[in-house]
Amino acid sequence: MALIFEQAAPVAVMEGIEKTFPGVRALKGARLSLYPGEVHALMGENGAGKSTLIKTLAGAITPDAGIIRLEGREVTIESPKEAQQLGIAVIYQEFNLVPYLTARENIFLGQERTKLGFLSRQKERREARALFERLGVPLDPETQCRNLTIAGQQTVEIAKALSTGARILVMDEPTASLSAQEVEKLFDVIADLKAHGISMVYVSHRMEEIFRIADRITVMRDGETVGTRPASEFTRESLIEMMVGRKLENEFPKERAEIGEKRLEVIRLRRGDQIKDVSMFVRRGEILGLTGLVGSGRTELARLIFGADAREAGEIRIEGKPVSIRSPRDAIRKGICLLSEDRKAEGLVLGLSARENFGLPNLDRFSEFGLVRQKTESSAFARYIKELSIKLAGPEQRARTLSGGNQQKVVLAKWLEANSDVIIFDEPTRGIDVGAKYEIYLLMNRLVAQRKAIIMISSELPEVLGMSDRIVVMHEGRISGEITDAANATQKQIMALAVGVKSVPAAHG
Amino acid sequence: MTKENAPAPPDAGRREGKAPQEGLRREKTDPSSVRLFASRFFSDYGMLAVLLLLIVFFSLVTIEKRRPVGAEAAESVAGRIARGFGQGVRVLIVGRASAQDMAFATQLEDLLKAKGIEVVGRVVGEPRDIRLAFERQAQAGAPVTVIATTERNAWMVNNIKSRIGALAQTSVVIPESYRWPVFLRSDNLINVANQIVVIAIIAIGMTMVIITGGIDLSVGSLIALSAVITGTLIARMGGTEASTLAMLAAALAAILICGVVGLFSGAMVAGFRMPPFIATLGMMLVASGVAYLISGGESIYQIPEGFVWLGRGTAFLSIPNAVVLMILLYTIAHVLMSRMKLGRYIYAVGGNVEAARLSGVNVVAILLFVFGISGMMAGLGGVVLASQLKSGAPTYGLLYELYAIAAAVLGGTSLSGGQGKVIGTLIGALIIGVIQNGMNLTGVQSYTQKVVLGLVILGAVLLDMLRRKE
Repeated sequence: MALIFEQAAPVAVMEGIEKTFPGVRALKGARLSLYPGEVHALMGENGAGKSTLIKTLAGAITPDAGIIRLEGREVTIESPKEAQQLGIAVIYQEFNLVPYLTARENIFLGQERTKLGFLSRQKERREARALFERLGVPLDPETQCRNLTIAGQQTVEIAKALSTGARILVMDEPTASLSAQEVEKLFDVIADLKAHGISMVYVSHRMEEIFRIADRITVMRDGETVGTRPASEFTRESLIEMMVGRKLENEFPKERAEIGEKRLEVIRLRRGDQIKDVSMFVRRGEILGLTGLVGSGRTELARLIFGADAREAGEIRIEGKPVSIRSPRDAIRKGICLLSEDRKAEGLVLGLSARENFGLPNLDRFSEFGLVRQKTESSAFARYIKELSIKLAGPEQRARTLSGGNQQKVVLAKWLEANSDVIIFDEPTRGIDVGAKYEIYLLMNRLVAQRKAIIMISSELPEVLGMSDRIVVMHEGRISGEITDAANATQKQIMALAVGVKSVPAAHG
Repeated sequence: MTKENAPAPPDAGRREGKAPQEGLRREKTDPSSVRLFASRFFSDYGMLAVLLLLIVFFSLVTIEKRRPVGAEAAESVAGRIARGFGQGVRVLIVGRASAQDMAFATQLEDLLKAKGIEVVGRVVGEPRDIRLAFERQAQAGAPVTVIATTERNAWMVNNIKSRIGALAQTSVVIPESYRWPVFLRSDNLINVANQIVVIAIIAIGMTMVIITGGIDLSVGSLIALSAVITGTLIARMGGTEASTLAMLAAALAAILICGVVGLFSGAMVAGFRMPPFIATLGMMLVASGVAYLISGGESIYQIPEGFVWLGRGTAFLSIPNAVVLMILLYTIAHVLMSRMKLGRYIYAVGGNVEAARLSGVNVVAILLFVFGISGMMAGLGGVVLASQLKSGAPTYGLLYELYAIAAAVLGGTSLSGGQGKVIGTLIGALIIGVIQNGMNLTGVQSYTQKVVLGLVILGAVLLDMLRRKE
């Protein structure tokens, strides 16, 4: 396959791209070449320059230096509008859709089809139907976008890109919020686009996906392109090593701690359609992997335990004693904490500094007569900066400007200071680069070594298998199975439980 | 994994106090933290520059010749006589029958005597008295060598003197006139403060509400409600004969009622997730209507003279008491927002309400608090206004909520919440006050004033946004 591409003329070539932001050299002579009908994976740790490079191609950022050639012709891309005219479309992780407009209206936003100067719904509807048909997704063009699933919204974005006649499609973490079936659907669409000669730049942290669909892989590190090779020449290990620039001994540094008595137990928890009669427990010194398909109720269960949502029935026990948890405040007092999946929306107040975020649940202890003793707060935070090796310009750096891994660490620091010993991680490594992931795993080891109990919610099966002591799988709001010997479990076993096939005795009842 | 590698138990370091690496870290970040502080200061209080610019502008355009009168004139004349004439000088002090001239004459006599200069007489009266006095001096053996008077009387004095030959050698000394901006005169500066004090007080609560991501449109009406309640209660408890205690009780009742109205808006917002704009819009109409109902649409004047103590009285360095109160409130609010738990929670709720809730912040309590404070500040504003005007009327406070919002926004508070500084709001309120006062001094028509004020607000905020973008 690689040979074919090298014989054809590249559709796009980027060379020597330089970009400096105040204080950061984001791109140092980065390059990327793209052949017609190729799926080109762009890999690298966070901060390696992937998104800056993509934005350069999309016209969202003007590079300081470098050449972009489209079909051999040198071009300058000054704005997203120009990129669109040149046949480049980008689907960002956060979609650019107007929630109250219909799928059709969103597709043709800015390029409305008209008849005698008036909007022509018929034309638009016909075209939208044709696009959805081509993508093999039976969507109603008249559905408001806010009523579509994430996958549906993504389809609208892709349809929008195709409607502009895009020849190059850039997808930034397109599978981040999709369920397994939806991912399969997307891969079908990608295969179809490929057959139509559309080139795709595919950014993702998920290794399995990359090896399934990518033709070639470009690895970036520190703003430079480390290399481009056919995907078949990489192994999982060699790819990670190329990304981090050093050898990794073990992707999952699991260390077993001594497992003690039940720390937290929930009995017959219920909330509407989301959680139907769930019982489970986690013990001291244990990492409990909680997995299942997106929408199976994992996050909802965590929110019930943490008091973020109200439960309709059921009991929560701590050390065997029933406790009343009606709000996150109650849960925090009982030593439970939640590191939510969406750190920016739920974990941090982005406008406040790292120190202020750290202090938020702990101010009762940091203050006297309502007055915050900032010295006490700062010195406590300074200890965690060192212990968790949080990398920041200073404790006053705004949370907004921290990298994903460091944001996660600030959230963890805040909960450790709050004396939490039941720690619920919801997708702890999502959007975090390989090096930082490894650090998070080491931290989990340290926490269980200190007799804390961890519930780790994750969709990444290798991570679940690699780090858990015990695994609980959810399916449609119920626990569909438990695997007590995580060390010898397989992905197949988990997937069977996740889709509701009962091959293993269930834990509840 | 050994225990040494594990994070220290959360309270270990707390007992030890500062960790040893603390000093090292400090040293390293110090220069950058100074720069950080400076850049934070200018981004937080950049509007200070706009305020200073306005002050300089209005000072320059209001410079005018100043003719001293009263005690100030006496100082100037005493200096001139001491410098310009020898020890043997004999001075006659002359003035017209007015309090100012009387003050001038007595003060000058004291000053001259203190300098060992002979004062032969002091005439304060009608031109006829002055002519008689001059004639008497002319007949005396040793006539006066200097006649001291103010500039306003100079023409009249010269006129009378020219008709009396014996006084031909006598000089007339008047105070030196000088150029000084009317804007910067202390009485005018106090004027600015007095004009802005009510808006500045309600803007404290407004800023807190806006920082939580809300808005409070009811404060203007609450000013009217508070003034009417205060007035009515005082009128019922003795009217113009009401005791201090009665006045205090009336004011306190009004402030508390407004606080309860604020809590009610807060409950709508926090409990039922009603948009603050709508909740407080409703309360704005309700409060205004109730103010008209209570007062029957009339102004209430049965208020004792003593009630103006707060609004017009001075107890400290001739600064009006209301202004002292305003400064006090801003100090408290600044400490609350920057140093206290409550302040941190207010910023957190506005910055990201879900993250705040999941961090254990009692969001409902915080929202109730800010709306309650906003109501109480409006109540207090109403009491101050009633005290300044010595009456209560349901027409008070019209559009004040919008001026308070303008002050907060000028001061750098973001309407989307999570950002803002109380001191910035004070600067914003002062900008509004300075513009209004400056235009009054330069004789700009009041309709034009509105246009200019609106444009200045737009311009200043635009400038600020452009500066922040850099």
